[in-house]
Amino acid sequence: MNPVPAIDPAQAAGQRLRERMFRGATFAAALLVLLLLGGVAFSLAVGSWPAFAHFKFAFLTREIWNPVTDEYGALAPIFGTLVTSFLALLLAIPVSLGIAIFLTELAPVWLKRPVGIAIELLAAVPSIIFGIWGLFVLAPILQRHVQPWLIDALGPLPFVGKLFQGPPYGIGILTAGLVLAIMVIPFVSAVMRDVFETVPDVLKESGYGLGATTWEVIWQVVVPYSRTGMIGGIMLGLGRALGETMAVTFVIGNAHRISSSLLAPGTTISASIANEFAEAVGDLYTSSLIALGALLFLITFTVIAAARFMLLRLDRRALSSV
Amino acid sequence: MNVLSAKRMLLTAVGAVAFAGSAHAIDISGAGATFPYPVYSKWADAYKQQTGVGLNYQSIGSGGGIKQIKAKTVTFGASDMPLEAKDLQQAGLVQFPMIIGGVVPVVNVKGVSGGQMVLDGATVAAIYLGEITKWNDSRIRKANPKLALPATAIAPVYRSDGSGTNFLFSNYLSSAYPKFLSTIGANTSVQWPVGIGAKGNEGVANMTAQTDGAIGYVEYAYAKQNKMAYVDLVNAAGNAVAPNAESFQAAAANADWAHAPGYHLILTNQPGAKSWPITGASFILLYSTPPDPAATATALKFFDWAYKNGGKMAADLDYVPLPDSLIKLVRATWKAEIK
Repeated sequence: MNPVPAIDPAQAAGQRLRERMFRGATFAAALLVLLLLGGVAFSLAVGSWPAFAHFKFAFLTREIWNPVTDEYGALAPIFGTLVTSFLALLLAIPVSLGIAIFLTELAPVWLKRPVGIAIELLAAVPSIIFGIWGLFVLAPILQRHVQPWLIDALGPLPFVGKLFQGPPYGIGILTAGLVLAIMVIPFVSAVMRDVFETVPDVLKESGYGLGATTWEVIWQVVVPYSRTGMIGGIMLGLGRALGETMAVTFVIGNAHRISSSLLAPGTTISASIANEFAEAVGDLYTSSLIALGALLFLITFTVIAAARFMLLRLDRRALSSV
Repeated sequence: MNVLSAKRMLLTAVGAVAFAGSAHAIDISGAGATFPYPVYSKWADAYKQQTGVGLNYQSIGSGGGIKQIKAKTVTFGASDMPLEAKDLQQAGLVQFPMIIGGVVPVVNVKGVSGGQMVLDGATVAAIYLGEITKWNDSRIRKANPKLALPATAIAPVYRSDGSGTNFLFSNYLSSAYPKFLSTIGANTSVQWPVGIGAKGNEGVANMTAQTDGAIGYVEYAYAKQNKMAYVDLVNAAGNAVAPNAESFQAAAANADWAHAPGYHLILTNQPGAKSWPITGASFILLYSTPPDPAATATALKFFDWAYKNGGKMAADLDYVPLPDSLIKLVRATWKAEIK
């Protein structure tokens, strides 16, 4: 047996130093994130202070947005942001779920890779492309073929009808929701697929062994097992939908109004900022736009916090049921 | 969270940007309006070939241009919306017009092509207020007895991004229709009560082109190059005029520049039989006591050169050069006010 050679003390000291430096470097990198986040929050708070101090709580509850009289309220952009994101998820979740289930459970092997790669490529398309496509291709189709039908068929109905009234402009809340859904689907479906793939084969095979159908295995084994990851994927999509700027600006109609109809133009927080910041003259105007940014920051933060909280509770329930 | 170190980081970042900027010290630096950007960059190209001095112009918008010159990060600012004389005085700035352009209403109505329809300012304002909702409204029919106008709903399209175009258009509607002034007013962004907002000239043009019954407004060069169905307007003298270089120049020439302190003059609804009613100048802002006199002198040399040699290049891009009488006034201002 060979004796272990003694470690040279100088070399050991060098190694310790390198260890310490590496630890310091990674710590600094981690700290930088906190500093940046804090810096963003701080500058948003300082920048938005004049608007909040001037309008008080009414900033959140008023629909008015009038640069001429210098009166601003954030209700219309908040409404637009939440409604378009909600629509996007409403459309994206079932489709993404379908894509993920098909790819992991049902697709023939030769089809899995091409479809998977196509989804990843779709996720890499810059948002401006979706905006231009939405404006030049999707909006005319909606305007000529889809919206007139919606207005005629659904408009006269009680309750639901209110959502589908007014002239068919082609662009508006609905179009923005559609474009957002298309942008969100690759993210949500890619995460869901990855999560479904982590379901142990043993579990699925036990299901089949007990005589379960594919449908039963998917809904009673695969989906419950991956609940946490699915919610994570949905939240990732929601985060993207809430903050998306360029594509939405192109197709939402950019009107600071709240309308009961999904076909009417509206605006979102990020679209308002992108539209108006460059030409905003006057402290109150600029500050109101920054205040919109602060609100978006708050909304996104709340969504992520809520998602974390939900995941935590799910984890705990899963643990206690074991 | 350590606020102080966040601030220090910010300072470092700003320092880095300033350092990067100093590498182009020989170039003239300016920022502001997007509307004159194409002609400024064309002038800059020609000027650089002749003199070797380049222009670094950031077309970030008029509001941004005003902010940047006030922060002294650029040698000149450019704005489509002139500052008031008292604001100029307060900030120690000198303002003068550089180039003229016009805004043109365009429509998408079946059977109506460019130059066939005539509207007056009050009618256009009523459309944008939602008072006139159909193309066969009696007010539109009265001005266009020869046109067969359909009962199509009017879809007003406006610029959603803050812009000098918005300012000129809303200023014109305000001066032509008192109710527009009292309910909406004039600004680079206003709260339109009806219609849809599209981004940029190209957005408005496209939205108008693809929506049956739409009316929009774009910069003249855009309407001309895309052969859009423009509308003739009734001017202050009561004549129907077509948008073209002559009618823009007529508006600029008839304006009373000599009695406008700080050249604060908006060329909408100017007198004169041939004046196009939605004309506007784009302005340059300089410090009267510049922080860097050498840089300002270089910039002035460029502007002087552009007045002298830039007319044809501007006309090629469908902009309108200033009338000679006005150039003379501006040169006198330079001499008197910039140290």
